[in-house]
Order: sequence, then C-alpha cells, then structure tokens
Amino acid sequence: MPPDKSSPYDLAVLRQGKMLRRLVGIGIIIGASALCFAAVAGWLSPDKVTPASFVNGFQQANGIHPGFRRNHAKGVCIAGSFASNGQGVRLSKSVIFQPGTTPVTGRFALAGGMPMMADGPKAVRSMALSFRPANGEEWRTGMNDIPVFPFPTPTDFYEQMQAAMPDPATGKPDPAKLKAFVDNHPKTAQALKAIGAKPFSSGFADASYNSLDAFRFVNEAGTVTPVRWTMAAVDPFVAQNPEQSAAGDKNYLFDGLAARLKQGPVQWHLIVTIGQADDPTNDATVIWPDDREKVDVGTLTIDHIASEADGNCRDINFDPLVLPNGIEASDDPLLSARSAVYSRSFTRRAGEDKTPSAVQIDNAAKEP
Amino acid sequence: MSQHQPFPVFSRLLHWLMAILILAMLFIGIGMVASVTDYHWLVSIHKPLGILILVLAVIRLINRLINPPPALPAEMPAWQRWVAHASHILLYVLMIVLPLIGWAMLSAAGNPVVLYGALHLPAILPHDAMLYALLRQTHTVLALLLFALILAHFAAALLHALIFRDGVFQSMTTGQRR
Ligand code: HEM
Ligand code: HEM
Repeated sequence: MPPDKSSPYDLAVLRQGKMLRRLVGIGIIIGASALCFAAVAGWLSPDKVTPASFVNGFQQANGIHPGFRRNHAKGVCIAGSFASNGQGVRLSKSVIFQPGTTPVTGRFALAGGMPMMADGPKAVRSMALSFRPANGEEWRTGMNDIPVFPFPTPTDFYEQMQAAMPDPATGKPDPAKLKAFVDNHPKTAQALKAIGAKPFSSGFADASYNSLDAFRFVNEAGTVTPVRWTMAAVDPFVAQNPEQSAAGDKNYLFDGLAARLKQGPVQWHLIVTIGQADDPTNDATVIWPDDREKVDVGTLTIDHIASEADGNCRDINFDPLVLPNGIEASDDPLLSARSAVYSRSFTRRAGEDKTPSAVQIDNAAKEP
Repeated sequence: MSQHQPFPVFSRLLHWLMAILILAMLFIGIGMVASVTDYHWLVSIHKPLGILILVLAVIRLINRLINPPPALPAEMPAWQRWVAHASHILLYVLMIVLPLIGWAMLSAAGNPVVLYGALHLPAILPHDAMLYALLRQTHTVLALLLFALILAHFAAALLHALIFRDGVFQSMTTGQRR
C-alpha cells in the first residue's frame, strides 16, 4: 500500500527507504549531541580529577564527618571590624580601602579534615574573613599562618593527598610514598623547608596569617598591581612551647583565644605586599623577595567569638574568589581549584545533619 | 499544509538567540562543576549569562502573549499536538525557573550574586544552608531535564523538517511557506 500522501504523520511513510534513512540520521544527530554533553560533563572520563575527586580524597583520608568542612574542619566563629586608613586607595578601588570601617565576620580554624582533632604544636592555624561593606559587595579571604603553600598546582596537591592516604594495614601514611613524592617535587621540598624553619605561635592571637596566593589590585585609574597580603598580629609573637600541648587540653589553642578575647579585642594590621614584574603570581610555593614594598592599609579588630552554629561562620563558604570590585584573581592555578573544591565541600556539608563542634564557647560568661 | 503560517520575525530571533545561549549555558554549567582549572572563569560567565536568559525568557513570554504563535497544522494527530504544547509549556517554565533557582540558591548559600565587577543582585532568600543544599540539587536535576527536553524538541523539529515536511520547521527558520 503506498503511503497516504495526505497524511505525512502516518508511520507508513517510513516504508520509503529514504525516510527510514532520515530517521536514522536524526537519531545519530541527537545521540551525538547527548554524547558531547556527557563528554563535557566528564562522564566519559572517570579518571578525570574533578572538584569531587578532591573532596572524596579528603573524606577517604579523614573519614566522613557529616556537617563539617572537609578541610580546616575544627574551628570557631569570630566577628569584629576593619578600619581602613586610606593607604590602600592608590592600589585598589574597593570601597573597603576607602577611609572608614567595614564590619567583618570570620573563622579561626586548624588545617586538617578531623573536626574533633586535638590542637597540636604543628597544626597550621588559619584565619578566614568576610568583609561586608554597606554597598552589598563582599570580600572573603582564607589565610594560613605558614610562609608559603607546599604545592604550586592543584595537581601536585592531589598527588600528595593520594601519596599520603593511610595504608589500610597500618592506618598510617606510608613514609616511603611520602618521601618519594617530596623527592620528585623539588618545589614542595623547598616550601616544606621554609615552613619548617618558622616557629609556630603560642596561639591564634599572636599568629600572622598569609594569603599565600597572589591577587590583582585594580585602582580607580585601572592600574593593576600584583599583591599578596598578611594579617600581621599586633600581639607580640610568642613561640609555641611544648608544655602547652602536653598539658592535656585538647582545645588549648581555641581556649587560649577565648581567654585572650576576655581581656579585650585582638588586632592585626593588613599588610599588602606589592609584587614586581618578575615576582611569580602563579606559584604560591615561592616567597617574594624581602625588600618588596609593604603597605599597611588598615587594622582588623576582633572582639567577638562564638561556637559554630546555624547561619554563622559555619554556614559560610570562605571561597577566596568572592571578591569586591577592585580585587581580582591572579593567574595562580590554586585559586580556581580552591573555589571549585570549597564549593563542592560546602554543598556536601550544607545538606548534612549538624552536630555540635569541638570548640564550645560559653558566651553567657562573656556578657558584662 | 501549505497554509502553515511562520512565526513573527521577532519571535524567531528570540528563539534562536535563546537556543544558542541556553545550550551554551548547559555545557558551561555541566563542564564547570567537573573542572578544577576552568571552574572560576566559567562560573563567572555562568551567572550573568543565566540572568540574561531569565530576562530574555520574560521578554519572550510577553512577546508570545502579544504575538501568538501560528497554530500547528490541523492534520497533525491530536496526541502530537498535545505533546508539542505540553513540552513548550515545560520549556518556558524551565527557562524561567532554572535561572531563578540559580539566583535563589546563591542567596540561600549566603553568597553574593556578583554579575560583573561591582554589579550584583540582592539576595532573594534568607541564608539557610539546608535550603541551599536542596536548591543546588534541584538546579542540577532541572538542568538535566532541560537538556533532555531540548534534545527531544530538536528531534521533533528534525522530524518535521525531514519526515513530516509540513512546514512547521520552516515556520521557525526561513519563514517560507512550503
Ligand atoms: C588546591 C589547594 C587547596 C585545596 C584542595 C584546599 C581545600 C580546602 C577545603 C576542602 C576546605 C574546606 C572548605 C569548606 O568546606 O568551606 C578548605 C578550607 C580552607 N583553606 Fe584550603 N585548600 C587549598 C589551598 C589553600 C591555600 C593555598 C590556602 C591559603 C591560605 C588555603 C586556606 C584555607 C583556609 C584558611 C580554609 C578555612 C576556611 C574556613 O575557616 O572556612 N587553602 N581548603
Ligand atoms: C538557563 C539558565 C541556567 C542553566 C541552563 C544552568 C545550568 C547549570 C548546570 C548544568 C549546572 C551544573 C549542575 C551540576 O552538574 O551539578 C549549573 C550549576 C550552577 N549554576 Fe546554573 N544554570 C542556569 C542559571 C543559573 C543562574 C542564573 C545562576 C546564578 C545566578 C546559576 C548558578 C549556578 C551555580 C552557582 C552552579 C554550581 C556551582 C557549584 O556547584 O560550584 N545558574 N547550572
């Protein structure tokens, strides 16, 4: 029976070989489009290192602790303000550097993915801040108290994380694997030397915290300046003393901070280091030469502390690429990686049930 | 079937502009969350482009009310016309709801919704981590649904062009009545 000319919708048209071939062609076009999408999504390359691979790596190394950050898991919330002295205006057009005061919330933490770990002499201390100027913009920064970062690229970070995975037999990382990694990564070896050479502070209040990654400051005239910054403690640095950790208080660093805050606000100077043309902005393992110009752009005052809870610093993702107009990312490959991985870590923990954090601050006692 | 009317030129223009933008958006979105190195620059495009799509979708909805689309050929079986209408409604819903969820989820995350430089949008939801997690999941599911729907829409368009040859494809392309 010949296909009915008056109804092109009759499936009988497919009896014509030409039409059947067209139908197959349509199928191929649609299938190819779906395949492209799957390829871009990474579904066809299960070995690709994605933001999720990093978060899975943290979980494998530390166990899953629902509701907690996958790294820098143990922490406490802080708040205060930043008083700009106006010296930063020539470098960045951000409103935060106009003379005046910006409210700040933040978080002190220890590097590591175990939320209940004991404070220790070798724990890297971190300060994360969110500046909230009145115009609705925001600047978030996460800083560590080490002089350099041990890895120049996210790939190196990931490979080290794999080399440091606990051996199922011993429950500890295999020292041979760790050594092999460092031997094959001279930049990491050099950075670890610089980190080891610097004594750790006795607490959070007397530590200084570094951006480590480079950024770009852009001023009103459009001039771009490569920078790194440091929150330099006003409290005099006191080197860590081995008795502190031996005394048995698992939270001695956090308890020390709370005690220090009871005596009064703690301050830091925001010191911006100006990079020169040949200073690497894409390699956080390299310290810039000591003689680089440093500009003190203002003072951070922290006067509040609180345990992690609903809606406070616990529920903020201190993504280093949440930046105000006037601060931009550099070509440092760690920055995009941090942004991507923190987002994945945040998404996972945001949807999990929360349990109380190790650091509990008795705020009732703080009220006058 | 030769009576089949073309879409107004402005409607066709909006259709193809948005087709390109939305497809780009789906590939950018699915690619950025799987990339460590390209995440930042892609997400910096994703947010303003998503809001542009939202604005265009609203304009397009208004345009559709002012300039109604031509009727489908009367010879088309009723079930096919029903599927066509339902899928078009769903496409409109997703074009509007998906970017709204993107905006809402960033609000619930407590993140600023930066479009470019100092240009940012206000939060449309309170800061709530659980709500963020829920909306973030919804954003993924609806984006995948939108991509599937676009593939089906594309397949149907090609069926009209190559097999039914009823002028429906041309009504959105050249506008020639065949
Ligand atoms: C590719 C390298 C890195 C990876 C994969 C990584 C991973 C992570 C992850 C998963 C978190 C938890 C995020 C969250 O759930 O909110 C975190 C927190 C943090 N990271 Fe990194 N990190 C990297 C490099 C750095 C660098 C270079 C710094 C430099 C200072 C840094 C400083 C911090 C700080 C301060 C926090 C704690 C923020 C807070 O208290 O919420 N990280 N990191
Ligand atoms: C037509 C509009 C949009 C489409 C088609 C779209 C599509 C997508 C897709 C496919 C993903 C990846 C989902 C996954 O695999 O998990 C995604 C993620 C995302 N989208 Fe959209 N999106 C749209 C609008 C928006 C808007 C308007 C915003 C915000 C203003 C936004 C913000 C985001 C964010 C923040 C992520 C996830 C980033 C992360 O998890 O780190 N999207 N989007």
